[in-house]
Order: sequence, then C-alpha cells, then structure tokens
Amino acid sequence: MESTQWTRESKMTQTFTAERVLEYPGGYTRSVGPVIGRFLTGLRDARILAVRLADGRVLVPPAEYDPATSAPVAAEGDHWVEVGPRGTVQAFTWVAEPRPGKHPLTKPFAFALIRPQGADTAIVHVVDCGSPDAITIGSRVAPRWRAERVGYITDIEAWIPLGDGEEPAPPPLRVPAEDEQPVTGITVPIALTYVNTAGASTARYLVGLGEGKIIGGRAPSSTDVYAGSRGTDPKTGEPTSIEVEVRDTGCITTFCVVNVPGLSELAPEIPYVSAQILLDGADNTFFGLIRGCPVEDVHMGMRVKAKWADELKPDHTAIEWFEPTGEPDAPYEHYKDNL
Amino acid sequence: MAGNRVAVVGVGQTAHRTARKDVSMAGLVREAASEALDDAGMTYADIDAVVIGKAPDMFEGVAMPELYLADALGAVGKPMMRVHTAGSVGGSTSIVAAKLVSAGIHERVLTVAYEKQSESNATWGLSVPMPFAAPLVAGAGGFFAPLIRAYMYRSGAPRHIGHLVAVKDRRAALRNPKAHLHLPDIDLKTVEESFLLWDPLRYLDVCPSSDGAMAMVIGSEKVADSAPNPPAWIHGMAMRSEPTMFARRDQVNPQAGKDCAKDVYAQAGIVDPRRDFDCAEVYVPFSWYEPMWLENLGFCADGEGWKLTEEGATAPDGDIPWNPSGGVLSSNPIGASGMVRFGEAAQQVRGRAGDYQVELKTGKALGHAYGGGSQFFSMWVVGRDKP
Amino acid sequence: MRDVAVISFASAAVAEDREHNETEMIVPVVRDALAQSGLPKSEIGFVCSGSLDYLQGGPFAFVSGLDAVGAWPPLRESHVEMDAAWALYEAWVAIQTGEVDAALVYGFGKSSPGDLHEIMTLQVDPYYVLPLWPSMVDMAALQASAYLEASGHTEKDLAEVAARSQRNARQNPDAVRTGDVTADDVLAQPVTHHPLRDADIAPITDGAAAVVIAAGDLARRACGRPAWIRRIEHRIEAHGLGVRDLTSSDSARGAARAAGVADGNVDVAELHAQFSHEELLLAEALGLRDRTVINPSGGPLASNPVMSAGLIRIGEVARRITNGEASRGVGHAASGPCLQQNLVCVLEGD
Repeated sequence: MESTQWTRESKMTQTFTAERVLEYPGGYTRSVGPVIGRFLTGLRDARILAVRLADGRVLVPPAEYDPATSAPVAAEGDHWVEVGPRGTVQAFTWVAEPRPGKHPLTKPFAFALIRPQGADTAIVHVVDCGSPDAITIGSRVAPRWRAERVGYITDIEAWIPLGDGEEPAPPPLRVPAEDEQPVTGITVPIALTYVNTAGASTARYLVGLGEGKIIGGRAPSSTDVYAGSRGTDPKTGEPTSIEVEVRDTGCITTFCVVNVPGLSELAPEIPYVSAQILLDGADNTFFGLIRGCPVEDVHMGMRVKAKWADELKPDHTAIEWFEPTGEPDAPYEHYKDNL
Repeated sequence: MAGNRVAVVGVGQTAHRTARKDVSMAGLVREAASEALDDAGMTYADIDAVVIGKAPDMFEGVAMPELYLADALGAVGKPMMRVHTAGSVGGSTSIVAAKLVSAGIHERVLTVAYEKQSESNATWGLSVPMPFAAPLVAGAGGFFAPLIRAYMYRSGAPRHIGHLVAVKDRRAALRNPKAHLHLPDIDLKTVEESFLLWDPLRYLDVCPSSDGAMAMVIGSEKVADSAPNPPAWIHGMAMRSEPTMFARRDQVNPQAGKDCAKDVYAQAGIVDPRRDFDCAEVYVPFSWYEPMWLENLGFCADGEGWKLTEEGATAPDGDIPWNPSGGVLSSNPIGASGMVRFGEAAQQVRGRAGDYQVELKTGKALGHAYGGGSQFFSMWVVGRDKP
Repeated sequence: MRDVAVISFASAAVAEDREHNETEMIVPVVRDALAQSGLPKSEIGFVCSGSLDYLQGGPFAFVSGLDAVGAWPPLRESHVEMDAAWALYEAWVAIQTGEVDAALVYGFGKSSPGDLHEIMTLQVDPYYVLPLWPSMVDMAALQASAYLEASGHTEKDLAEVAARSQRNARQNPDAVRTGDVTADDVLAQPVTHHPLRDADIAPITDGAAAVVIAAGDLARRACGRPAWIRRIEHRIEAHGLGVRDLTSSDSARGAARAAGVADGNVDVAELHAQFSHEELLLAEALGLRDRTVINPSGGPLASNPVMSAGLIRIGEVARRITNGEASRGVGHAASGPCLQQNLVCVLEGD
C-alpha cells in the first residue's frame, strides 16, 4: 500500500459560495400554554385581552409571569381584562420596503409600539398609515381586524390612524362554533436565506475533486496529512498550508449498515453502508458510502476505492461512493489507532 | 476542588414527554425552575444570577433564548448567561453556575437547561446540511454506530450487551414518573426484535426525543447550611474538549473523557470509582455507551466494561448502579439531558430520588455528560457530606 | 477576588470574507493573541468562545471553531452562545475559582452569509412578535424614536456620533466604514429607518477577535503594563419592548453601578453601540462625562463583527491601557434587541 504523494505550496485557486434557504419544513409547531393561548383566543374573537399584575399595572400582551418579578400569572381569574381597541403610538419607525412572505403588509408601513387604552404596556405591531408623515408619537390608532381570524398575532391585520375625535369601528361580530376549542398552538414559518462560503482549504479540496484528485493538507510542523480538512491541523490549530494529494484508495476502519429511510435527500435506498475510511496517504478518517458489494460482505479492514462520477464537478458529487478493490484486507494494526 | 464550598440546594424537573403540548417554552422552563426553587425554599427574588443551557437554537427557532426567557426565569436586573457546548451542555451549564458560587461571586444561582424538540424535529435540527461540508447521510446514529462496532471488535463484547442496557434503563425508568418512556413489558426479546436502525443499533437501543427541562439552585456553604432540604455538596467538577477529528484519534475511548474523569476524581478523592460511588448518572444515549463509558470513566480496565454490564453490576440492585433514573435512554430533552444526569446524581446523595433511590454507603455520586463527536465532556462529583 | 488582566488582544475584520471559512478566520487572531501574550499554550488553563449558529445557518458553529485552537491534549474549554465578552466573563470566573491562572477567549462570526438584521429577529418573542418580522434595525429605530422624543436629542446629535465614529476609525485597520466625514455629510443622507440613516446603523462585518487574560504575577511577567480587570458586571432586563422604558437602559446603569464606573476618571470608553442613539443612551446610563473619549476605535458603527464586537470593546480599552494612552477605561458589551443585556468591564493600568 505504497502511496504516491505530491506536495506543493498551497495557493488560492477559486472561491466557492452557495445560496440556500434554512427552513424547518412546515414551520415551527409552537404549543402556547394557557396564558398566551387565552390572548390568542381573544384575538380570534376580535378582543384584546390583558392581565392586571399584582402591582396594579395592566400587562398586554399577557405573559405567564410578571415581567418585573417573575411571579406567576394565572390563566383564569378576574385579573383578566379587556383593553383597547383604541391605542396610542409610543414609538415608531417606517418600513419603506416590506419583506414579502414575512411582513404582514405588502405596501410600506410603520412598525410601532402601541399602548392600547387601559393598558400600561405596549404591543409591537404594524400601522397602515400610507406615509411616514401620517404617524407620530402620540398618534391615536385602532385595530383593523382580519375577517378570517385564526388565533395569531396577525389577526390584527394592521392598526390604522384615527382622525380627531374619531372612535374605533366596533369589532366585527363573530358567532363561535359550538365545538370551538381555545387556541393551544400556532405554526410559525421561519425561512432564512444564506450564501455560505467554502473557505480556502475546502475550495482547494473541491477543485481537486473536480480534477479527480483528493487533495489533503498538512501543517509545516507535522507529518500528519488531513484529507478534507477545515484548514488546520486540529491538534495544533496550525494551518494545513502544504497541499498533499492522497490516494483514492484506502480501507474501511469501521462502518454501520443504515436501515433508516429518508435521513437525507442524498441517501441511497436502504439498506446502505456508511463507513469511516482511512485513505492511503492520509492520517485521518472520513465518512463515505460503500457500494458495489452486498451489505453483509462489508467489513472492517476491507480495501476500497473511490467510484468517481462520470462527469466530475468540483463538489461532493465527484465521488459517488467507495467500492471494494478485491485486495487483501488491511491488517488491524494499520488502522487500529484511527478508531 | 478549587474555590469555596458549593452545594446543590434545590432540584426540579419537568415530566419529559414526546411533546409537552400543554406548555409554552417559558412554561416548560418555569415548571422545572419553580420546583427547584420550592425545593430550596426560595423564590425568584432570592436568586443572584441565572445560567441557562440548551442545544442548538435551531431546534426551537429562537436565537439566544436567554433573552426571551430573562423575565420568565427571574433574571431581570441580574446577570444571566447562556452556555452551549453541544450534548454536554447540561453538564457544563451546571458547572458554569457552580463556579459563580465557588468563585465567591454569588450566593444563590439558578441554573436551567431545556429542549422543546417537538417545536421542530431533532433529526432535522442536528443535521441541517451545510454547503461544502461532506454530507453526513446517516444521521446521528450513523455517526455513533460505527464506533460501537469498533468497540465490539476491540473488546470482544457479545452482541446482546447493548440490549441488556436497553432493558435495564427502561425498567429503571418505571420507578421514575417523570421519565419519558415507560415500557413495562420490555425484555431482551423485545429489544432484539425491535427494528434494526443502524446495525448494530436497534430501535430500542436508541434514546427517545423529548420535551423537557431541568433546573437546580446552586448555593454557597452558608446557603446550604441553612437550606430546608439536605444539600448535595459538590466535591469536584471538570470539563474537557478535544477536536472532532484528528490523526490517530481514539474515537471509541476519547482522551478528553479520561482526562476529565481523572481531574474530577482527583478533586473529589475518588480512587476506585466502582467502589467509591454509590451510583452514577452517565450520558448513555445509545445502549452500548454504557460499557464504553464504564471503561472511559475508569470503572474497570479497558475491554472489561461489557462484563460489568453483563454481570448486572450497573443494575439498580448491582454494586454500582448506573442511571437508576432510567437515563438518557428513557428521557432525552437533548440540551437538558446532561443537567438531568447532574441533578439526578444530586438527588441520590440528598436521599431524594424517590422510588429509584439507591442505598447510600459512600454518599457520593457521579454526574456525566458528553457531546459532539464524543469530544466534549463535563462531569461532577456530588456528596452527602461536606468536602 | 484575584487580580486578573487582559494581557493581549488581536482582531481581524472585513466587510465580507468570501475566501475563508469561520475556522480559517479564527486562526490568525488566536495565534496573534497567543504570540503577543508570550505565554506557551501549556500555560493557558482554559479556553472559552462566543458565537452564534444562526450566523452561518447551521448548528454547532463553535465545534469547527475549536479546530483553530489546537485542542490537544484535551483542553478545559467552554462556549457561550453570546457575544464573546460573556466568554471573557466565564473565563474570568474560572480564574477567580483558582482552578486556572490564564485563559484564551475568542469570538467569531460572519454577518455577511445571511441577512443579519432579519436573523436577529429570531431573538424576539416567538409568539407575539416574531410573526411580524421587525428587523433588528426596525427595533433599534423604535428605541431611537422613543429616545429622541424623551431626551431632546436630535438627528443632528445622532449624525455627530456617526461622523465621529467614521473619523476615529481612520486609524483602525478593521474598519469597514471610515472617512473624513462631518455631521452635515451624514445629515445630507436620507433617513432609511426613521429616525436613522445608514450611517447610524452598524455595517455588516465578518470577523473574529481573541484576548488572553491572566492572573496576578503571571500577567505581570507576561505584560509590561497589564490592563487589570477591576470589575466586570453584567445585567439583563425584561424582554418585551413594550414593558421596558426604551428611553434609558436600566441594565446598563445597573451593570455600571455594580462595576464601579463612577469610582474614578474614565479616560476612555468603548461602547458596543450598534446604532448612533445607543451610544448617547449608553453614555448616559454609564454616567460617562465629557472628558471621556468614547469609541476612539470608531466602535461598532465602523466595524461590527457580530459575536466578537463586544469582546473587541474590552480589547480596545485594554490596548490603550497597555500602551500607556489611558490609565482607566470602560469596555462595554450588549446583547439582545434594544440593549436588553449589558456588560461593563472596568480596566485599569497599574
């Protein structure tokens, strides 16, 4: 198992960036507990509910605890009061470019802290007032309720300015269904877009994959060669500034047979083998798929070789899997320190 | 142990369930915290500082949740910190809290760890694919199962050893009403017949995914001496980390775990852990990690851990019970699981472990947590008596 | 309490680093801080870092960060999902227990991969506020709106802060927004988030920073003029914007009082103000007087590598004490929407 290595001083060849969206499919499923639930149930009924705290202050939106003392706030009792619908703007800012899919309004609007009448605290919400000149601290506003309300903070579609002496429109009437249950949970979609960077060492590695080579690196102070390093020798933190090509053959140090479906879009049909592989010329192991033989034939020490894709691209699709070479097994001594 | 004397003076935890749909996130952590405060005879107002821990924020989609939870946990006007050290976080959070007291900075610190996994899904949260990283297409079990195979090969352990642990810890959990899994009919056969997920790991060899929270009140000597319930004195605490991957890394029996144990034993005067502890609460998320950690933690010689398991030494009625609470295999609110170990160890030496109380002889117990690729370790030794 | 000092500080920041991953970004600052400290790694008893998974959009950012440190043999090591100023606090506590005598602290983060202002929305109340998606800037602008109304400060005062930051930053190699700018130049720009202009809002920055702290004699041996941490205190306040008085900062005031800011002259203060009005509000809350030089580095309005920007404030003050420019100073770090959490570190030379 002689390995042919070549080294050269590393140099940056290419930068790699990738855009993607981080999103839990379907949105986060939040159980809300009895206090938040009662407030949200109130919104569904077009009412703004609040709680009177021990010191007499009226807290809206209500919490399960006094925000000053953390004393518990009960979900039932006559400390629950209704506030609003009229509110006063305590602070505001203007959003000239709403974010589609996130902000509740598609046209420019104001974010504001709004203190509903009868409350001692304020709600963060949006004001639909057309222009930043139409809102000021002290502006009187009232909720514009959605017709279809589900027990969510956006059941108030927006707050709208009230003219001098104007009173809020009465809340929309709604007859609750007989079997209607209080709100106990909400689903909150969160999608964030990222453009991630591979980094210099990974870029070198990926460029190598695109050329059918496995590029490792080592730090000047060490003889240890890392295949697929994050840019340092993890033992010292020293940059793996010296490029070293390692072979695309090696041995399985250990593995498991995966019978769990759907772990990744990239995962093959079950059962399949995920193995740690010690490549010839490298001093660390990394994970790879094993194919090309029945899963029950896979074993520790088995010699394997990369199966390169027909069309090489500088990414992890370049090596499709590893398959047995048919060579005699590597002796345990060869890989026992890398388990 | 460095610094002033420190003790656990209150412990509280939620019932752990697949989905705690009856509570909000604040409600979940307050359930544990309020119980710990009651145990300590305190209210939120008595607390000097709050230290919280949990696993990745993506599980719940709340970034830096100490901010949202500040007023839920009595931290207003006080110092509050958030620790994150992967799976060991519950243990390291406990240690950060205890150091605030041992350093003489505070008298009473509330520490809380939690996970509300039902807000998303642990498999998703743990394996968000990162561009350019080699894709891990086998999940968390796929990371650890090969190491278990390597352990079996090294030690010559027979295949049923893991299943013995799976049965033992689930039976222990029957005495713990707060445990997530209650499987009264479990036996070796049901484990052996359960679905083979990541050969050699079967379904019942693997921990569940839970919603839950754990809390403790850590007090100074003065506080502990006047506490309404018996304290658990902290005799030693230690943390160690090593990289995920490096040349010639022993991934099965990591050096960081050995060093961490050596450190904490030296602080606590533990010479022979099997003899000197009354029990241990050790982070065993996959059944095989009991024999593997028995060796890593020096309860026996290398290669001998499975024999202790097989002979029943680690059963609740064995000479060194491991995870009498049912362990991570019975309840796994990931970010809290380490603190559950630390807190359960404390409850044992306080004599407050209820139906799963072990007999106290030395009056000392070990709490242990680990995380990442078996690379982050935190441990403490608690005792009935003052150090 | 043991005497503990900052004995070295290193930082690096750019607007957008598309060449390096996070590990590669940490390596030079950690190596630089260790080299400056003169301490061999074997003397570093503890390592603590601060980072945020949501900046890269994947879990366990700190795990690969550890590859920059060389955690072998295994280290006493910890991590906070907070600005690294709190990692420094944890390290300071570890030294106070007597367990260790020196610690390496680092923080890192790239703000450029995602939309930082939107990511920080994930800090807010997940039930009542997050579904409306106010950005970090929107929330700061709400505070600015309330603060200007209550304090009598004007947009001109904000512009003065913004312009001075850019001017000060001309000497700062990490600055990503700098220039010979006047308040009138700033006022000539449009208001983008009432009442804030772009110059009032910290720029997107990728970067990392590291410091070494050490106790007593070790610090004296390693550093000609250690920057002694006289007190380090932090406080948090209630979360909801609607329950707080946004026109001041109770938590900053509380931390400053506990840290004894007023016990002596403050020659220099570096404030973790990501918005112009935050500097004015914090200077009041900390009780700073006119003779205090505020943000001589340019502060976060010139360079804001999130998750290390707070640590950098402490490092910038320490550097000025070590090089003799100042004898007493205040480093400040903040966290959360509208300065919900504040840390104050009082540093002194001998």
